[in-house]
Amino acid sequence: MALRNYVLVCGGSGCESSHSDQIYQALVEECKAQGIADSVQVIKTGCFGFCAQGPIVKILPEDAFYVNVKPSDAKELVSEHLVKGREVKRLLYDKSQSSHVGSEDIQFYQKQFRIVLRNCGFIDPENIEEYIARDGYKALEKVLFDMTPEDVINEMKISGLRGRGGAGFPTWMKWNFTKAAVNDVKYVVCNADEGDPGAYMDRSTIEGDPHSILEAMTICGHTIGAHQGFIYIRAEYPLAVHRLEVAMEQSHKYGLLGKNILGSGFDFDIEIRLGAGAFVCGEETALLQSIMGKRGMPQPRPPFPATKGLWGKPTVINNVETWANVPVIITKGGGWFSKIGTEDSHGTKVFALTGKIANSGLVEVPMGTTLRDIIFDIGGGIPDGKKFKGVQTGGPSGGVITAEHLDAGIDYGTLQKLGSIMGSGGMIVMNEDDCMVDVAKFYLNFSIDESCGKCAPCRIGGRSLYNLMEKITNGAGTMEDLETIKQIGEAMRRGSLCALGQTTPNPVLSTMATFADEYKAHIVDKKCPAGKCKKLITYEIISEKCIGCNACSRHCPVGAITGAVREKHVINPTVCIRCGACRQSCKFGAIIVK
Amino acid sequence: MSEKNIANFSPELIAFIGEWKTKPGNLVMVLHKVQEEQGYISREAADQVAEMLDVPLAKIWGVITFYHFFKLNKPGKYNIQVCLGTACYLKGGQALVDELKSSINLDVGGLTEDGRFSLDAVRCLGCCGLAPVMTVGGEVYGKVTKAQVAGILEKYN
Repeated sequence: MALRNYVLVCGGSGCESSHSDQIYQALVEECKAQGIADSVQVIKTGCFGFCAQGPIVKILPEDAFYVNVKPSDAKELVSEHLVKGREVKRLLYDKSQSSHVGSEDIQFYQKQFRIVLRNCGFIDPENIEEYIARDGYKALEKVLFDMTPEDVINEMKISGLRGRGGAGFPTWMKWNFTKAAVNDVKYVVCNADEGDPGAYMDRSTIEGDPHSILEAMTICGHTIGAHQGFIYIRAEYPLAVHRLEVAMEQSHKYGLLGKNILGSGFDFDIEIRLGAGAFVCGEETALLQSIMGKRGMPQPRPPFPATKGLWGKPTVINNVETWANVPVIITKGGGWFSKIGTEDSHGTKVFALTGKIANSGLVEVPMGTTLRDIIFDIGGGIPDGKKFKGVQTGGPSGGVITAEHLDAGIDYGTLQKLGSIMGSGGMIVMNEDDCMVDVAKFYLNFSIDESCGKCAPCRIGGRSLYNLMEKITNGAGTMEDLETIKQIGEAMRRGSLCALGQTTPNPVLSTMATFADEYKAHIVDKKCPAGKCKKLITYEIISEKCIGCNACSRHCPVGAITGAVREKHVINPTVCIRCGACRQSCKFGAIIVK
Repeated sequence: MSEKNIANFSPELIAFIGEWKTKPGNLVMVLHKVQEEQGYISREAADQVAEMLDVPLAKIWGVITFYHFFKLNKPGKYNIQVCLGTACYLKGGQALVDELKSSINLDVGGLTEDGRFSLDAVRCLGCCGLAPVMTVGGEVYGKVTKAQVAGILEKYN
């Protein structure tokens, strides 16, 4: 019997955390139990990107988009939708619409343009035939039989693709340098050590479309004359590692990896190397050290990996998102790619949109899309009626962009002008409740923890900066401290060995420039306007609102709240540890932070 | 290969190390396998690896202590991970760490007295839509509030 329906179940890590694997199993079993297993195919796909609404189940050809699905919903989805052809309204994304709303109509997807995530949420990542059916390995075939290595480099040059890992270096140049280097042995490396906290673009790309990475690396290998590739991936990403292993096994079987690929006489193979939780290994020279089994310490450049990389051999190293663009550029042409985006930055960028945002998830937009479009149209704005305060891009190396720049179209150049960086694509939205001094301190704490300790500016500078920030959030800061921070920051920028140390001061310096008043409030007024820094706030009960229900005093872990039942309660500030338990427990909004 | 087996490596693990012994850059991969089997890397295990790979213990120790992923202490029966990635931090991940400290006296990197729970603070489990997130024994809990922590821990004995 021909297939009547396809049921796509999200198998990304986010949805798997909410038991999408059980949903998949339940759907398969229900289809069998209700006798329609022959006409329905249930597929576990990669990430749909709309993580805030997960787990997601999409049924084709109707394009019904079901959200927040539970394993127990499987029976109804099968009996109602698949058997009787009636959509299960209570699970649809847009419940208010009586007529049909397909996934294309959902605002979250409307302004997106998917190149990197082209297959995520469409194909079964553990089935190579589905990748091939969507033009997979077509680019490799073209490169092996119809193009010279020079043609490939030229196509990459026309495309204008820049490295998506953070620095934005033109990809074709890296390839060209390595191609030009004379050596019998060369290597191709994929950087999948996605360490930026709050960013998971690369993991989702691998989980949803592992073959695109394998294909791109093989293309590069043929172009530069390498026969061995390595994928360096975080051990914290077991699902992504598994999908890569399955993909590699299948591509070997299909003659797309290994000896004599597609009968061309070209040999190329790939090995997986696991990272072990060191952020600095995202830096290319540190990453290469780690592949060689050593401590991941950055090395001075030059020599660059293009001339002297893994085991001293010329090495191309690109990040996951960069690789994922390559097959599309080869099939559709560099000219096609270069028309997308802005003058400065071609193509698209994937962002992990998280924090205080309604539609948290993975979004891919053309370069030049405004922050307003991303945050308010795609992201659905700030929940709970709160006000937008800023958006952090570039993770621990980046900065915060404020409301006045929401209409800036983002590309490598504009973000830098606004005092931040593109980084790998973390985009964290903050609202009025977030203290910028505290956020800067958070990133600083991260960076000093991740400093490898090799060079003094980073090792000592970072710690000194943190101590000063600690002093400020404790209410002991002075305005001179801000000057000292600037000086140390400048020294770190100029003197550190690698990008980690050079960019460690960025979150602090960026927030000092854009939120000067907030720093001043901490230092001069000894107040934290957002109510985050514990040493600078006090909890108070508004007696007009207090009904004496006792909820707060029961929840207080230190007995700081006194007052009899049905009488006004009072907080003793000297006993209070400012944990906020009382405020959470009060149903009448009677407890405020000052 | 050494005839001693002071760290009780399984035959599979010994075979794995034998297979990787001649490959360049094998140390990190071997340590991963040891931790996968034993839950952590004990001093005995490090000694054993040193002997089997013929690498100085100092070098192995240097690598283990450099990477956050490698643990030197035995984890509890159930390992708890609280995500302190940026999204979870903003949404109250730290409050969960504080709650574990005040309710069962568990510090980051520590172990409860009964050996039941250990705690890691981790960076980004990649389900930011569920922030703040904690996992117990591999099971993921999303949008966790301080008040829910005790109820979650009760399920694990």
